[in-house]
Amino acid sequence: MPSTVVTLKVNGRAQEFLARPGTTLLDALRESCSLTAAKKGCAQGTCGTCTVLLEGKPVFACLVPVETVAGRSVATLEGLSDGDTLHPLQESFIELFATQCGFCTSGMIMAAKGLLARNPNPSRADVVRAISGNVCRCTGYEAIIDAVLAAAAKMKNATPIRKKAAE
Amino acid sequence: MQDLETIDTRFFSAEREADLDVVGTTVPRVDARAHVTGKTQFYEDVSFPGMLHLKMARSTRHHALLKKVDTRPAEKVPGFVRALTHKDVPNNWYTILRLIGVEPNDEPVLPEDRVLFQGEQIVAILAETAEVAGEAASKVKIEYKDLPAVFDVEEALKPGTPAIKPHGKNYFVYEGHHCRRIRFGDVDQAFKEADHVIEHRYQSAPIEHAPTETTGCIVKPEGNGRFTIYSNTQACYFTLDNAALIVGLPFNKLRVIGGTVGGGFGGKVDVTVEPIAIIAAMLTQRPVKYAYSREEEMQVSSPRAAERIYIKDGVMKDGRIIARKVTLYVDAGAYSRHSPYGTTKAAAHMPGPYSIPNVWVDAHCVYTNRTPSSAMRGFGVTIGDFALESQMDRIARMLKMDPIELRMLNAYRDGDMKAHRKKAEGCALVEVMQKAAEMTGRKLPERFKKMSSLKPVGSKGEGI
Amino acid sequence: MARLKGRGVAAVNYPTGMNLGGDPSQALIHATTTGSFVITLSSVDLGQGLKTVMAQIGAETLGVPFDTVWVDTADTDTGPHCMGTFASRGTHRIGNAIIMAAREARAVMLDVAAEELEVDPADLVTDGKGKIHVNGSPEKAIDVINVALAAHFKYGKTISGRGIFMKPKSDVVPETGEMNPDSAQAHACTVAEVEVDDETGEVRVLKLTNAYEIGRAMNPAMAHQQIVGGAWMGMSHALYETTEPYYPDRAHGPLDFSEYLMPGPGDIAVMESAIIERPAANGPYGAKGIGEMTANSPIAAIANAIFDACGVRVESMPITPEKVLRGLDELRSK
Repeated sequence: MPSTVVTLKVNGRAQEFLARPGTTLLDALRESCSLTAAKKGCAQGTCGTCTVLLEGKPVFACLVPVETVAGRSVATLEGLSDGDTLHPLQESFIELFATQCGFCTSGMIMAAKGLLARNPNPSRADVVRAISGNVCRCTGYEAIIDAVLAAAAKMKNATPIRKKAAE
Repeated sequence: MQDLETIDTRFFSAEREADLDVVGTTVPRVDARAHVTGKTQFYEDVSFPGMLHLKMARSTRHHALLKKVDTRPAEKVPGFVRALTHKDVPNNWYTILRLIGVEPNDEPVLPEDRVLFQGEQIVAILAETAEVAGEAASKVKIEYKDLPAVFDVEEALKPGTPAIKPHGKNYFVYEGHHCRRIRFGDVDQAFKEADHVIEHRYQSAPIEHAPTETTGCIVKPEGNGRFTIYSNTQACYFTLDNAALIVGLPFNKLRVIGGTVGGGFGGKVDVTVEPIAIIAAMLTQRPVKYAYSREEEMQVSSPRAAERIYIKDGVMKDGRIIARKVTLYVDAGAYSRHSPYGTTKAAAHMPGPYSIPNVWVDAHCVYTNRTPSSAMRGFGVTIGDFALESQMDRIARMLKMDPIELRMLNAYRDGDMKAHRKKAEGCALVEVMQKAAEMTGRKLPERFKKMSSLKPVGSKGEGI
Repeated sequence: MARLKGRGVAAVNYPTGMNLGGDPSQALIHATTTGSFVITLSSVDLGQGLKTVMAQIGAETLGVPFDTVWVDTADTDTGPHCMGTFASRGTHRIGNAIIMAAREARAVMLDVAAEELEVDPADLVTDGKGKIHVNGSPEKAIDVINVALAAHFKYGKTISGRGIFMKPKSDVVPETGEMNPDSAQAHACTVAEVEVDDETGEVRVLKLTNAYEIGRAMNPAMAHQQIVGGAWMGMSHALYETTEPYYPDRAHGPLDFSEYLMPGPGDIAVMESAIIERPAANGPYGAKGIGEMTANSPIAAIANAIFDACGVRVESMPITPEKVLRGLDELRSK
């Protein structure tokens, strides 16, 4: 079977590439778009290291045939910071020592981003639920949960830019 | 959220006094920013043009002769490039610890006439894509003749059980002995003198490291006769030296680049993926990637050894343990890997951090028909601690003694002679127990509050 | 039909270094012409944070700011030999190698600074903030960056150093097991509080209280990472993990994370941990290392807590609900 041309919007930019039949969104991101933050920990949807946001919703990219999401919008970790300015999630993960080997970090942060977008005021249980599909073998999760809650608090206290412009 | 730094400076305060600027401070991790921005580079984040993918055809039997290995069906899959068998391996037999003088070389890179565990690699398939390599590997036709399989460590050592290893023994030979031995004092005499003798058996099952990043490497021919190995090995030179010996290249023709690993825990210190990938790169002059799937990481990569531990203790009614006899079996699985070393370490760890005047240990490294076990976090110690500390708890209950007090009574102190005949120093078991008691609101009696690793048990000042 | 609470304790030690020694590591350090330092290794960071801690040790010994020291690893063409990252040897061996290399580099640096300031090198101190000055007279100072430039372009000297640490390999006396297995021992005591559901056999670890003695914590927050992560792994080992659930029968071996059970973020215990320090005479700034031992005391503490809670002594790992229920059945039948 021949490949198809797939167009995706990734981190706000159009990406166009050839996809062999059965190519997953994960492989397309890593190999065709050179976006390697999302990892291939299991290729079976049981570890969460490939978590990206599909129109804001966390998905396991290793389970998504890329042809089925052609034309849609994907967000990966590479698009999270604004140039040199880190997102509060990224800052909190650093400040609270929520990374060790770093392999689960991309999936964790994207899952957390998905949570905070729909629930800016999560309880600890909400955070736990949101990352329950993400395996971490190093940290024991405690620091990660703390970092997500700290990021949520930061984001609540941040002065919205729109408001500043109006003043 | 807990304080990230809680160092209790009241303990050993004179000894730990130091004027330090950087060491002992909480500086941010230098790798954290790259981790949170997705810029940390793991070996698999770099790809090379023309890269081939290597997948293995693996044994479906526990123990069998290989009657026939037919790669022709695999060769028909479009995108198939090449199949490698043991004939392609210049020096097929190795053992990882040969570098530190351990022998024999009991493991083949690719088997010659038999397989010793379910999942053992038999034929390496090279293809243009990982999918094709996997499909072709699944099409390799293998005919087996089953041999009796051995799964239990004590069964393996029984005289009637067939040997599964070419050297004729189901155990590693330690300088002419069938096990690693510790002989300190006279346990038999001490058992006669003891008020109580307490004997139990402990068991563990194999445990996987399960790092989120699976084991893998990419080998790239540099065109100048050298090969660069991008690997997530935990030990670059262990990999380089073993690989050079296997592939028959001078050591300086290989270059290992790595140092950033997505979790190791001891699971990436066997040299399993690099040698065959180097051979593939040598023969094809193309970059070759060999990465474990999650299924392979789970069942084919080495786990922590299952252990069976018998502990027999002679105990006095005042709580002193005067004898400890340990018979320990490490299930090494089909091949030695790091197990001969781990078994020695297990023996060295006995009888635990306690001063016991009579200690006897037989630690066996046993071969069975299962995935070879190897190093894992706490190698040789973790399961021993489960057994030892369960046993200590049972002794405390038997004597109706507080479990912390029993341990503090027997805890080793500076200057005590250990069972492996080394003097104890830098001891602090007493103090960590005192600290834990304080943290959990447990008020220790005066005598135990006054105990110190620097003073022998029953010293003046401990009181009664 | 009850949730039974129990408490258990375990106390352990852990050896530093590859068993029996013979595991050297080397380090090379050089100053750039602009006063930064590179530590070149072939050592591997598994996530435990070697790249950070080694820079701390280097910066401390050189007497320069932490953010001017960078660890370059791992490339066997440029990095000298390192036995590897295992056996809780990294901080101890590589740290010691770096101290040796840093001392050599520091000596050259002070020699050059002394020339520039026209004093005796023995009179100089580093302030750890990027300056070298006469002890007691901070105004008589020179920036490290200027020392580096002067060394290279004025005096033709290289501010660099070489280091190696090796505990010589010892043999085991086969008859008695007499041996010299390790360089130091670290210690830990864990108190576990658990809750056992006597209908399902499930065990919930409510709290783990850990006291660790590790010689010296190079970076307290990172030591804490090991304690918490390791305690989680210990809980996982104790109650969940195995590749052979019917060992020694190989049937039903898990193939992925949906079958290989480990506690998730909703299953973690409350943890309270503290560190005490008894510096090792042979450790870098007294460090003993902590990487492996952190799963060990939690496992037995949990097993002992289960017994305390419900009277069931499970002698095999993992302590599954099935084993707890069988134990309870046996107790009830008595």
